[in-house]
Amino acid sequence: MVRYILKRLITLAASLALASVVIFALIEVTPGDPASFMLGLNAAPETVAALRDQLGLNEALPLRYLQWVGGMLQGDFGLSYTYKVPVADLVADRLEISAPLALIALALSTALALPAGLWAASRRGRAGDALVMGATQLGIAVPNFWFAMLLVLVFAIKWQLFPAGGFPGWSDPLAALRALTLPALALALPQAAILARVLRSALIETLGQDYIRTARAKGLSRGAALTRHALRNALIPVLTILGMQFSFLLAGAIIIENVFYIPGLGRLIFQAITQRDLIVVESVVMILVFAVIAVTFLTDLAYALVDPRLRRPA
Amino acid sequence: MSLLHIDTLDLSFAKTPILRGVTLGLEPGEILGLVGESGSGKSMTALSVMGLLPQGARATGRIWLDGQDLLALSERQMCALRGNQIGMIFQEPMTALNPLMTIGDQVAETLMVHRKMPRAEARAIARAKLDRVGLPGPRFPLSLYPHELSGGQRQRVAIALAIALQPRLLIADEPTTALDVTTQAEVLNLLRDLARAEDMALILITHDLAVVAGMADRVAVMRHGQIVETGPTEPLFRAPRHPYTAQLLAASTHRPKAAARPGPAAEHEYFCQEEAAGISSWQKYSKSDAALLRVAGATRIYRLPRPRPFAPHPELRAVDDVSFQIGPGESVGLVGESGCGKSTLTRAILGLDPLQAGSITLGAHPVGPGMPQAARADVQVVFQDPYGSFNPRQRVETLVAEPFHLTGRPADWQDRVAAALSEVGLAPEDGAKFIHEFSGGQRQRIAIARALIIRPKLIVLDEAVSALDVRVRAQVLDLLATLQASHDLAYLFISHDLSVVRNVTTRCLVMQAGRIVEQGPTEALFTAPRHPYTAELLAAAPQIPPAWMEDRAHATPLV
Repeated sequence: MVRYILKRLITLAASLALASVVIFALIEVTPGDPASFMLGLNAAPETVAALRDQLGLNEALPLRYLQWVGGMLQGDFGLSYTYKVPVADLVADRLEISAPLALIALALSTALALPAGLWAASRRGRAGDALVMGATQLGIAVPNFWFAMLLVLVFAIKWQLFPAGGFPGWSDPLAALRALTLPALALALPQAAILARVLRSALIETLGQDYIRTARAKGLSRGAALTRHALRNALIPVLTILGMQFSFLLAGAIIIENVFYIPGLGRLIFQAITQRDLIVVESVVMILVFAVIAVTFLTDLAYALVDPRLRRPA
Repeated sequence: MSLLHIDTLDLSFAKTPILRGVTLGLEPGEILGLVGESGSGKSMTALSVMGLLPQGARATGRIWLDGQDLLALSERQMCALRGNQIGMIFQEPMTALNPLMTIGDQVAETLMVHRKMPRAEARAIARAKLDRVGLPGPRFPLSLYPHELSGGQRQRVAIALAIALQPRLLIADEPTTALDVTTQAEVLNLLRDLARAEDMALILITHDLAVVAGMADRVAVMRHGQIVETGPTEPLFRAPRHPYTAQLLAASTHRPKAAARPGPAAEHEYFCQEEAAGISSWQKYSKSDAALLRVAGATRIYRLPRPRPFAPHPELRAVDDVSFQIGPGESVGLVGESGCGKSTLTRAILGLDPLQAGSITLGAHPVGPGMPQAARADVQVVFQDPYGSFNPRQRVETLVAEPFHLTGRPADWQDRVAAALSEVGLAPEDGAKFIHEFSGGQRQRIAIARALIIRPKLIVLDEAVSALDVRVRAQVLDLLATLQASHDLAYLFISHDLSVVRNVTTRCLVMQAGRIVEQGPTEALFTAPRHPYTAELLAAAPQIPPAWMEDRAHATPLV
């Protein structure tokens, strides 16, 4: 087990190092000089040069890369070009909203997908299965922003149960949760549809395995064989998808955050790109990469918890 | 009163009849052998008794167990019976256990499902049951997972969970087919012993008549969903009443006619003299003096993962200093249990893997991963699985012509494909079909045609007939013998099935833990093994007592 974790940790560090190089290089080759962008079209070349100097843009590339990475390792992500505040503070503010949003969406999608997948698998080929399959097909096909607007129309405008947008801050936790409910739901439903389908097909595959037949020959009912033997065995592909979804929910909420006017990480990076605030883009992308890799690491640990063959390789 | 009475059981899938009027009786404590070829309905009969038929199956008739009609019971009532009154074990021990549950929990589950007992108590009984099936506590704690056990040990766990509640009836569906001979003998002994000691009736389903001969009190023979003959074991073997039973018996001891061989005793004597004179055996058994395949000191080493960081890699010597030769036109057998290095040696002979020491030459060419393509044409291979070894999306003519990529496709390749198909007993028009249109035996013929087409000198037959039913197997063995004579082919016949090796090879190698522990003329080796391991293998191999077969030797032609 220790060996397994160590191996995964080494992979994690290597991926992060590689990702940092790629991100840095990508930002460097993107056209658009932040200095001239900040000063506008009519700026004198000398002024631009002075600003470039001040921003440290004239130094050698490897040096700038090392400064950037070294700073991040100490929690110093640099100063935002546009806002002139530490990037770390900007990101921390946004994460306070985006992280809970992603977690709520993930919990919702799991809570919806688990029973749906189980139910469909246990009624394979029958009406209930067809119903779940049809509904999940719809869930995957419908874009989540459109679905978000539908939610706003019904729950915010017609019935006025939830706010249509904005975020009041965490000082009033109940209001904050209410504000996050509709966005989380809009994010969760397509994910739940995917997850339910993955769970269903994994369960159906597992139900065909010999050990399910053994379990039935022991006297377990169909349902007991499904929950006691098939479910845990079907969990590995589900965990894989779940891990990928969390990363997507964290980074991919840009559109939903825009629909609901929520000041999250997605909107921050969107604005930073339009304003050529490269230091913010670099740092936020790096943080997202870190989140993805960390979640992958946690998923690997979860595999080992589920499957004894990974803990003690024979 | 009989324990189980199946009365005119009919079974159909979407109006296709699977079982027709199956009638069977079983006394308490009796062992019944249910034999037949694949698709004859053996497993479906068993699953009908268990009430575990696949969806869409319709069973009619009566299945009486202790005076209760199983077909009339509800699913809930059947759940209460399964594992309690009737236990069942299956063919594939590697996949029959839940990989995520400890063996202790899996055995205890049977107890907890039926007797609402606390987990600790169930585990204590599970411990006793695992001890009973030969997995003693100190070496096999309850906390083990299936992947930490061998196939034979897993089958013992499967038996333990099936007998945990001492059912009156145990159904074993091909319980040893996937196991090595020595393990098979142990598991069969265990089953027989359990049936006798616990007064448990046993239905032993198998395609292997030799297994039945040593185990069953009575035998029922199935064909096309019907029981064609049933009776006490020995009389049935001595004097089968139904022609199909006679065919099965003849096929299971079939010896291809074309394999001409000197008398066994004389051969052995001669061999010993030759060996004393320092002449190696291949020279005598091959028609020319030059060996076709020379394996000299071949060693294949695998590096295993380090036990600790920076520790040296431990090594597994999968093939360890193996030397032998095969002459042109010779049939050599290679036997050994799974994991002994047979497959690794095969891969090396085919030039797929490099050797760490020693050498292999085929004709004049050294064999190895870098060998020229044209040299590879001299050796071809036929694998075990007639279903998995073909690309399902290509036509048969393309599949058969595949080896031409070694030599370049000649202009008349289609004629050659047609000729090869005719040689293996198929029609030239079959080239336009796809592989799913053929039966297992026909597919194996196509595999042989594919091997033949570039006129190799040596064909490696890697368990090539192991997946075939006995009668089809006998036909394929005849075909191989005919082709050997007409093309002067050498065969390396790799198999775990000793009876097949005995019937088709002239010389035999016995492999254990990467080494050849004994080699010699097949008959001599089988009648007077010199190495204890060979003797152990032979003793473990199930056999129909020769006396049972004497009465009608050479009587029945094959159909």
